[in-house]
Amino acid sequence: MRKAATPLARRVAHALLRAGGVAAGVVVIAFLLGRLIPGDAATALLGSRATPEAVAELRGRLGLDEPLPVQLWEFLTRLVTEGDTGASLVNDVPTRELILARVEPTLWLVAFAAVFAVVLAVPLALWAATHRDGVADHVVRILTTAGIAMPAFWTGLLLILLFSVRLGWFPVGGVRDGYPVSVVLPALTAAFAIVPILVRSLRVQLVEVLRADFVATLRAAGLPERRILARHVLRNAALPALVLVGTNISYLLGGALIVEKVFALPGLGDLMFDAVGSRDLPVIQGVVIYSALAVVLVTLVTDHLAALLDPRLRRAA
Amino acid sequence: MTAAPVTSAAPEATELAVPLPLLRRALAHRSLIAGLVLVGAVVVAAVCAPLIAPHDPAAQDLRAALLPPSGEHLLGTDHLGRDVFSRLVYAARTDLRIGAVTVVVPFVVGTLVGSVAGYAGGRLDRVLSYLVDTVLAFPFYVLILAIVAVVGTGERGIYVAYALVGWVAYARVTRSATSVTAAQPWVHAARESGLSHRRVLLRHVLPNTLPQAVVFLFTDVVFVIAAVVTLSYLGLGIQPPTADWGSMIADARAFLTTKWWLAAAPGLAVVVTGVGLSLVADGLTDLWGER
Repeated sequence: MRKAATPLARRVAHALLRAGGVAAGVVVIAFLLGRLIPGDAATALLGSRATPEAVAELRGRLGLDEPLPVQLWEFLTRLVTEGDTGASLVNDVPTRELILARVEPTLWLVAFAAVFAVVLAVPLALWAATHRDGVADHVVRILTTAGIAMPAFWTGLLLILLFSVRLGWFPVGGVRDGYPVSVVLPALTAAFAIVPILVRSLRVQLVEVLRADFVATLRAAGLPERRILARHVLRNAALPALVLVGTNISYLLGGALIVEKVFALPGLGDLMFDAVGSRDLPVIQGVVIYSALAVVLVTLVTDHLAALLDPRLRRAA
Repeated sequence: MTAAPVTSAAPEATELAVPLPLLRRALAHRSLIAGLVLVGAVVVAAVCAPLIAPHDPAAQDLRAALLPPSGEHLLGTDHLGRDVFSRLVYAARTDLRIGAVTVVVPFVVGTLVGSVAGYAGGRLDRVLSYLVDTVLAFPFYVLILAIVAVVGTGERGIYVAYALVGWVAYARVTRSATSVTAAQPWVHAARESGLSHRRVLLRHVLPNTLPQAVVFLFTDVVFVIAAVVTLSYLGLGIQPPTADWGSMIADARAFLTTKWWLAAAPGLAVVVTGVGLSLVADGLTDLWGER
């Protein structure tokens, strides 16, 4: 009986299928990226002064002499069997190893940024929602509007100026001081980029929560407002905040890579910039694919984490 | 959206509901006006740059490098002795123009694709939403950097990269607005009365969905300007000697501890422009939401 399957199981199956489809699309787009190069890719990558032998050699290495479907097939097989997009054109090291060597700072950075974002966004959204159309609401609105307009690299420079140069609390950059102290300022910078988005969505949700029947009941029961907010409303806000980080993970990760550059963290962003500078196609494709696959995975997990933790969402399916 | 205050007594609610929309309307106008004033100021500065800038933005004078702010140089001079205020004003020209040009193709393409998919529904719609999901899975800057690396840096790289990526967001916004509108009874009535799909979509559905795309356009320009400035900061966008806010901040990095205003001023210019555009978007949302 098909109908016997629980809505959640069916939803998970559907989501898995969809995520798989998106993952496949991601790989195909990343592959086609290399074919966007105007003119002969090998010549473009090596520069106009390259010898014909070098160009021919690179054409062979990139498989450019094969028909497109064959190239795609080889690209896919290598990715699936070896988890690799080919060796770096600069130092011949497999992309997979380059990425593994650089993933640690990025993971620290993104994890801390996610935590900071929730910690900053929830109180701000709560403050705005409880003073709807009041002064606090407008202050938060102005802050988030300005926050959206601030380029992350500039925020990073301001934070360096304040916390590293003036106050001397955190290192100016690099990872010499170890984790997590090296990623505190970078994570704060990356968090600032998504806090405005989180606050705006959360504020709307919290306004709904505050209007909910159970809040009215609690008030009628004579519970102090502070206690209602801390014990009941906040709990209803934490999960949506986490889910919002998940849905915005793509934005957070992209911003984090830029932030790495500002703070000289040797993570994936740094690897990406070096690769972009030297037009190292396999490495660029590797970072593109792995970062997008990470986004697909995180989105999949957060969507269903919410459903698993919150029975109401499970039934809503 | 019914944003009335929480009241249980119905008659009271109607009494309260009268002044509230008026207040909200006024607020909406206030944010719209504030936004238009800010954006207008930046646009005027950009257009009239030669009249406003006291110096040639590219004129170097190494003997007058890194001067502090003064009457002669309102924001001092940079490491090559160029007048920072003049560069700031000319940079508005570059960044606003590129920001405005960049969004044209994504706006047109995305709105059209989203309209057709939302109106037609079915398989076409499913293909589109799959494509949208796939493109949105890429972290924005990662994809933009990759495309710029492949097609080349500078203005052209920015246009190509954003044309390939940016339409997706417009398609998503327009698609959901269109599928809601297309389900309205009057759309059905329009079809019944013998109008073609093309006419119903372009003349009747699109005018109802376009406001949302236009609001998104203003939000998107904020995003694009931040991206242009970021790429230029990284050395992949506007190339010297053209003045742009991002490369100005990049130049100022080395002097962050002693001449902080060199980095602060261009960043503030970005923020003021962005806040102005966001306020316009907010004002338009509230205004059009009232209808």
